Amino acid sequence: MEYTQLLSRTVQGIKPSGIRKFFDLLENMQDVVALTVGQPDFATPWHIREAGIQSLEQGKTYYTSNAGTFELRRSIAAYLDRRFSLRYDPAHEIVVTVGGSEAIDLTMRALIEPGDEVIVPTPSFVCYGPLVELCHGVPVYIQTQAKDNFKLTAEDLRAAITPKTKLLVLPFPNNPTGAIMTREDLEAIAEVLRGTNILVLSDEIYAELTYGRRHVSVAAIDGMWERTILTSGFSKAYAMTGWRLGYVAAPEPLAQQMLKIHQFAVMCAPTTSQLAAIEAMENGDEDIAYMADAYNQRRRCIVKGLRDMGLPCFEPEGAFYVFPDISGFGLSCEEFCERLLYENKVAIVPGTAFGAGGEGFARISYAYSVKHIHEALNRMEDFLKKLR
Amino acid sequence: MDKILKMLEDDATLTPEQISVMVDKEVGEIRDMVRQYEQDGIILGYKTIIDWDKTDREYVSALIELKVIPQRDRGFDKVAEKIYNYPEVQSVYLMSGSFDLAVFIEGKTMREVAYFVARKLAPLEYIQATATHFILRKYKDKGVVYGKVEIDERGNII
Repeated sequence: MEYTQLLSRTVQGIKPSGIRKFFDLLENMQDVVALTVGQPDFATPWHIREAGIQSLEQGKTYYTSNAGTFELRRSIAAYLDRRFSLRYDPAHEIVVTVGGSEAIDLTMRALIEPGDEVIVPTPSFVCYGPLVELCHGVPVYIQTQAKDNFKLTAEDLRAAITPKTKLLVLPFPNNPTGAIMTREDLEAIAEVLRGTNILVLSDEIYAELTYGRRHVSVAAIDGMWERTILTSGFSKAYAMTGWRLGYVAAPEPLAQQMLKIHQFAVMCAPTTSQLAAIEAMENGDEDIAYMADAYNQRRRCIVKGLRDMGLPCFEPEGAFYVFPDISGFGLSCEEFCERLLYENKVAIVPGTAFGAGGEGFARISYAYSVKHIHEALNRMEDFLKKLR
Repeated sequence: MDKILKMLEDDATLTPEQISVMVDKEVGEIRDMVRQYEQDGIILGYKTIIDWDKTDREYVSALIELKVIPQRDRGFDKVAEKIYNYPEVQSVYLMSGSFDLAVFIEGKTMREVAYFVARKLAPLEYIQATATHFILRKYKDKGVVYGKVEIDERGNII
């Protein structure tokens, strides 16, 4: 078979994630202290797991309605109101999805016409650009800068807008930099967008993991609700990555078109996960606080540790990553990370894995125990001594 | 409740330097707090949780229920004190319900434990009855699950 003749040219044109090679190296090595993982080290809190188990015991193994069970959508609406002062109608404005990832995909597919431009700040999570390309859209990348604390600035946004701009992706709190956007930062962005026809995809999967101040959603800013598609999920806040459950909240005309795609593509999100998620939404606020506090303690350990060994490190205020500047050794970030892995057996992710603007940096996850983090810091310090 | 008490309860190996970074306080302040907790008898000691079943140490442990006649003025305290002074005794709790004191003891053999109950505990004044339950297996103690080695099974997904 001439597969290359048969496969979609668009799909073939998408570059595979460059980080795979690095992870393959890692998987074949022994005694590595890894700080690479982008998911919580906690297991899902027991009462949430139990709700899932109970639903299986009771034989609740059918499909739910396409948008998700009404009870879950109602709890999501109540949660968004309680935590972020956002109002959504559970009957028409919320769709439960297979992870936050599906919610992002639905957004792209519902909005993009061939040639439409989608502005994507980088460094950021790897999925946005490829999903835009699958829809024959054009990703327009804006490199956020360390000097701006990796925030998206109004100035850079204004410069990137063209008549073809359809959508702005706002990935904050940010993976990999740990940057957040405060209310003032968002006001400035809103100022640029008001009066345009540009929509915003606000990926708020890390909204519960901010340190020192509460997350503000762009949908809560004046004139932004009607142009915002909020995607989020249960993975990070409730340590539920493997349950694959997320949601999209958006004005009805948008949500209903996304629902159509969701209905034909996946039918509905997994029932067990949905029933467990109701328990998370209704009785999980304490779990969130407990885990966020633990991440915060680790965040302080790692930022201090990195700065003490002389690596410039911007203060991350969200997610569970730090993004230190490793450019001072005459090595590319990939060389730095490979040598650190081979010579001192610590794995961290080269910044270039997260798009333009990542060179010179590395992502370090602190979704690990304090002991593990201290071991990694000791090894990194030994490595840096050799380089100097 | 102070957060650092909980942190030390979970991991007594944390140093004041590490704690100071984790909670964003001066290291001197943390040292003073810990010293004060020790002086006030809030922090009573630091121990290590060991799964002895994985070693060649021979031992058995038992829970002994004791029914006790309370003494005038002293209640159960005097009896409890007599019991906890034996080095074999690991823990003593005053209980509600069908018996009064729960005593955890450790010995080398079942015979040794049985002798201890028969010769030391049962004859004590004010003890009405004893019931000895040998512990067959420890699944979880002090919040730690036994026999489980934590393996990081998380996939490398960014």
